[in-house]
Amino acid sequence: MELAQMQKSLQDYTKSLFLEGVLDSQFLQLQQLQDESNPDFVSQVVTLFFQDSDRILNDLSLSLDQQVVDFKKVDPHVHQLKGSSSSIGAQRVKNACVVFRSFCEQQNVEACHRCLQQVKQEYYLVKNRLETLFKLEQQIVASGGMIPAMELGF
Amino acid sequence: MAVGEVMRMDIPAGGDLSVTSPELHVLAVDDSIVDRKVIERLLRISACKVTTVESGAMALQYLGLDGDKGASGLKDLKVNLIVTDYSMPGLTGYDLLKKIKESSVFREIPVVIMSSENILPRIEQCLREGAEDFLLKPVKLADVKRIKELIMRNEAEDCKTLSHSNKRKLAEDIDDTASSSSSSSSSSSLEDSSVKDFRSSKRMKSELSSPL
Repeated sequence: MELAQMQKSLQDYTKSLFLEGVLDSQFLQLQQLQDESNPDFVSQVVTLFFQDSDRILNDLSLSLDQQVVDFKKVDPHVHQLKGSSSSIGAQRVKNACVVFRSFCEQQNVEACHRCLQQVKQEYYLVKNRLETLFKLEQQIVASGGMIPAMELGF
Repeated sequence: MAVGEVMRMDIPAGGDLSVTSPELHVLAVDDSIVDRKVIERLLRISACKVTTVESGAMALQYLGLDGDKGASGLKDLKVNLIVTDYSMPGLTGYDLLKKIKESSVFREIPVVIMSSENILPRIEQCLREGAEDFLLKPVKLADVKRIKELIMRNEAEDCKTLSHSNKRKLAEDIDDTASSSSSSSSSSSLEDSSVKDFRSSKRMKSELSSPL
């Protein structure tokens, strides 16, 4: 594939993630923090987010599987995940966490189980999308090209 | 007062060189590894030296405020600003703020609180306790730039006060009263404008996150 074509694909792909609400403007903020001196900043932060989230989701599953659910343990985990997803611009994960927290407040175990599934779904979606995005970027860089700056005209 | 003016000021005799140095040393406190990474980059890109710690307890240890005399060796650079998350396990950002303001050694260090929750009583409580400002997460580059300018402006005003000679001590006292009352009125207007900023930034956020 030609370089220009790859760059266009990357731009279109990124744009679609914003249009679908998978990413929000905070992701653009992170991209602004990336430069020649820190060329892998975004993927580094996102990798930390994946590692952190895997851990949190695991803890959440364990907490909700207890005979007696301790919501004092569940809520801080959801709060953490809400925070970190917000910090990288993973909008749908963040929104799912907001809903999750309201059911934690109501101490509704059934609803919380459903929320956890929803959060996991959104998380795996954004993880998949971002991994694809980084692959596209790597292909461009490997072909000697530059990552095009994100146009904000949409 | 522009940042450039700070750098052109004469270094007062016996004065603290770090006041006129363009590089602030910021201690950033956050239990989230993702947020630590982001705030560190935001600060570094704004030409600040950064030390990150993951808890209020570690922050106190770093400053040497935890009563453990051995810890003072860790601190190699004077801290010019502390930026801390509010919700942390153990010591909250508010607890940390209180401990710093209670310390005769460290109470002058400006403290900025960050939180993902726009809770007005919380914001007011922190500002009353002496927080310099309150940032709504996710923190943006514009937020960090604003904070840095605020801190540098305050440090420049402190420097100006130091450089007055003894002969003009009376005038200086009058100046101090005038500048402290103007800074307290400006800090209360800062509180108001900060509160306004939170609301308007929240509005902005909802505009940005609405379906494109």
